[in-house]
Amino acid sequence: MNKPEQNASRPPVGEVEPLTRRTFVKVGMVAAGAAYATALGYPIYRYLATPAERSAALAAVKELALADADKLPRESALMFKFAGRPAILLHHADDTWTALTAVCTHLGCTVQFDKERKAIYCACHGGVYDAKTGANISGPPPKPLALFKAQVLTGKVVISRA
Amino acid sequence: MPDLKRIGGAVYGWLNERLDLEAALEHARKKTVPVHKHTFWYYWGGISLCLFLVQVVTGILLMIYYRPGPEAYASVREITYEMHFGWLIRSLHAWAANLMVAAVFIHMFSVFFMKAYQKPREFGWWTGLGLLGLCMVFGFSGYLLPMDELSFFATKVGLSIPGVIPGAEKVIAAVVRAGAEVNEFTVQRFFALHVVVLPLLFIPLLAFHLFLVQKHGNALPPAERLKPATERRNIPFFPNFALKDLAVWLIVVNILALLAAFFPWQLGPQADVLKPAPIGIHPEWYFMSQFELLKVIGRILPGISGEVAGIGLFTVGMVLWGLIPLYDVETAGGRRARRATYFGLFMLLALVALTVIGYFDLK
Repeated sequence: MNKPEQNASRPPVGEVEPLTRRTFVKVGMVAAGAAYATALGYPIYRYLATPAERSAALAAVKELALADADKLPRESALMFKFAGRPAILLHHADDTWTALTAVCTHLGCTVQFDKERKAIYCACHGGVYDAKTGANISGPPPKPLALFKAQVLTGKVVISRA
Repeated sequence: MPDLKRIGGAVYGWLNERLDLEAALEHARKKTVPVHKHTFWYYWGGISLCLFLVQVVTGILLMIYYRPGPEAYASVREITYEMHFGWLIRSLHAWAANLMVAAVFIHMFSVFFMKAYQKPREFGWWTGLGLLGLCMVFGFSGYLLPMDELSFFATKVGLSIPGVIPGAEKVIAAVVRAGAEVNEFTVQRFFALHVVVLPLLFIPLLAFHLFLVQKHGNALPPAERLKPATERRNIPFFPNFALKDLAVWLIVVNILALLAAFFPWQLGPQADVLKPAPIGIHPEWYFMSQFELLKVIGRILPGISGEVAGIGLFTVGMVLWGLIPLYDVETAGGRRARRATYFGLFMLLALVALTVIGYFDLK
């Protein structure tokens, strides 16, 4: 319902329109709505994100002692959690030790030690990694498994970031 | 810059061709809401609906961390003290529950005094009473879920009241309480009731209730019905009344947020069957009047007979209340039946008085 006097007050084409009350109210309403939505959305986001934040805090762990892991027999593996994610400790036939992340670099399945092939194997898509270096040998994995430092002491094995 | 108006128009056109949105909008524009000195009371159904929506959202959020069964208390503790803003979401849920029951009560009494239950709106009255009943069961079942001391004893007492009816105790123990005492199985089944069974009943009933409101529109209070049609004022439902409704919802949500933030809901110590009931324990305010009625009648008629008489009296009152559309029908001259209004005033007075006496009776 445009009243004629309103039309008359419109500036000619090409000139910058002055800020009308209508525009002002419109922008104000949109801004208030956005502020309201943020005020509602932010607590909900933080509430949902709590466990993820916790596991991120766990990821800051630098070192971990595995009690009695030094008694792990040769040619066997021990699964453990490092910074909240799966990892694997291997005791090789030649008495050397390796600690690796156990998350396949392909699609994130947890890998396992394959005694017969003396390699690390991922059952999801058949990825194979070298048991000593974590290098990806065959199958789809694009990257090697990350190595940890494993320090074998009496009564425990200390795992730390390499 | 893309021409948003044109894109919006095209999308609307595409949808309209398939869903006939124009017809729905046309209906909303044609629908009117009467304006008179009692229009204020028309907002209370909408306020109840708004609070129900808050309950749905906050309830889903609580369910993300809540674990029924033996870990119930620990998980509510975690929500309240460890999850970011968990205390706020729990507070919102508890406050909105109380405000919703209050809004539904106000809605019911305003419908009663405006005689909005008269033909053709009888089913609106009955579905509304059903929704109120479900609300109370929502409140009762939800109250147990934290499994703190208060919720434990409130549920214990609440379940023992109908237990005085001969034969009822055995059924309650078997079906509701899952044993002689409130235990982790009770929480587990109250949880199932609260989040699955009740919503399954509530939502279709609410949909039907809202459909009836759309179908019949707002009822006029008796004084307005007497006026000739030309003297009555109306505003369009859309956008006029809808915008006012929205403004009221904003006020409600803001009040709710203030209450939840400044008076956060507390969590008591964990329920322990060996601990004595805390001094001053009492039911939630919306159960207080029924509780007090039993107490008062128990003093006049001691023992089981008093309890049964109390439950009986309460049941008779509820049946009379529910059947009001059948015996308070609109008269030809539009004259109000005074007796029905007195009955409503009596019920309102009894409800308020018993609730107030109930709180004084605690001391």
